[in-house]
Amino acid sequence: MRRPRRRVPLALLLPAGLGLLFLVLPLVGLLARAPWTTLPQRLAQPGVLTALRLSLQTATLATLLCVVLGVPLAWLLARVEFPGRRLVRALVTVPLVLPPVVGGVALLLVFGRRGLLGSWLDATFGVTLPFTTTGVVLAEAFVAMPFLVIAVEGALRGADPRYEEAAATLGAGRWITFTHVTLPLVAPGIAAGAVLCWARALGEFGATITFAGNYPGRTQTMPLAVYLALETDLPAAIVLSLILLAVSVAILAGLRDRWVGAP
Amino acid sequence: MRAALAGVAALTLGLAGCGGGGAPAGKAGGGRVTVFAAASLTETFTRLGRDFEAAHPGTTVTFNFAGSSALANQITQGAPADVFAAASPATMRTVTDAGEAAESPVTLARNQLVIAVPRGNPRGISGLADLTRPGVKVAQCAEQVPCGAAARTALGAAGARFTPATLEQDVKSALAKLKLGEVDAALVYRTDARAAGSDVDAVEFAESARAINDYPIVVLKRAGDPAAARAFVDHVRSDAGRAVLTAAGFQPPQA
Repeated sequence: MRRPRRRVPLALLLPAGLGLLFLVLPLVGLLARAPWTTLPQRLAQPGVLTALRLSLQTATLATLLCVVLGVPLAWLLARVEFPGRRLVRALVTVPLVLPPVVGGVALLLVFGRRGLLGSWLDATFGVTLPFTTTGVVLAEAFVAMPFLVIAVEGALRGADPRYEEAAATLGAGRWITFTHVTLPLVAPGIAAGAVLCWARALGEFGATITFAGNYPGRTQTMPLAVYLALETDLPAAIVLSLILLAVSVAILAGLRDRWVGAP
Repeated sequence: MRAALAGVAALTLGLAGCGGGGAPAGKAGGGRVTVFAAASLTETFTRLGRDFEAAHPGTTVTFNFAGSSALANQITQGAPADVFAAASPATMRTVTDAGEAAESPVTLARNQLVIAVPRGNPRGISGLADLTRPGVKVAQCAEQVPCGAAARTALGAAGARFTPATLEQDVKSALAKLKLGEVDAALVYRTDARAAGSDVDAVEFAESARAINDYPIVVLKRAGDPAAARAFVDHVRSDAGRAVLTAAGFQPPQA
């Protein structure tokens, strides 16, 4: 029997290699089929830039929304004992496993023109959310927020509560403690969660097309543009996919392994 | 039970397709037909498939319904299909140009656009001009799919200009937005408006005559059981088949 060098068992190395290959090969496929020669012209097409700009804008707005709502939610889950906390935590993570199309339908039933809240919004303020850029932001925030909450909650649980206690004994109020001690303590966790959240929002497709529809310049984000381009123009779809891939990889690689080993 | 069997058949076909180079495993007898058909054919073809199975015991028909263009792409990328029915000659051309057809396509039916509105037509829409009124939300198909191309032609003929609320990926999703109450009207095929049942009324408009879609059908070159595939196409084009199609609102092909 041959002993593998550096004591890496072959039984682990082989499936690990296959797993990596399985995840990376489709990306190689995109690169291999990319129409490199016509790439510049295709990138310059106005529809591409419109979709990309809309994607970047909505993903950023969705991330801001997730940070504003998700950080307090994570704090609640990590720091406050209350009945049903496990259930709440489960509910918060539901969008992670829910098919995005189902999320889109659910959003329609609540925020749509005939929806629980939507009909009231429409009647009172004349505001309708489907088919609007705001609708895209909501759809993206719905599927992306769990990523932020999980990351921040993990960071909060890992943070030493003695700093907060020390601040309290020194006379800091709860809000001051939160903003001056807790937040700086878990800032890396929030940053990591926000980046994951942003990347997920950028790739969102199912909930967006179901809830916000598809209209160039208003609700057509990059993933929707890819799907539609696939109907008629495969090279165009590949180009759009490549852009999305490049942006995502750049962001995730920039983050390195910070969120993998989050405290 | 039949649905379960069809599922198993589809799975087997899928696995056979994954096998690559080798000969299809279940080729001998059995008679399986996999039909890729435009979303707007969902109801009629499901019915025709059941009739066909009843008339040919031991034969199973499975369907893949989606936007024609998506199906055409799947076929040219090697999806295991025996028969392709598209909602426009242009989408059929992608498949014939790729050399995937075993013969020349024939027209099985024609379809015309209507304006689908909620039951009772609450916004009082009587033609394309009403869609341009402020505050009227319209769902339309994207131009990349046949129903969108037809809508564009019809709107061009009418000189009607408006900004739809959304450009959907296929006719069924445009109709879904109407049924959910998110839009006031949807430009869809007459057959789809009829299939939507009593919740949806159809408003006919003159300009739709300028944008009639022909539905071509063809047996594909890589069909596992060409005889069964051919028999299915013949069944669709038979008098009985045509009766099902006309009852759904399709028009017979031009002689």
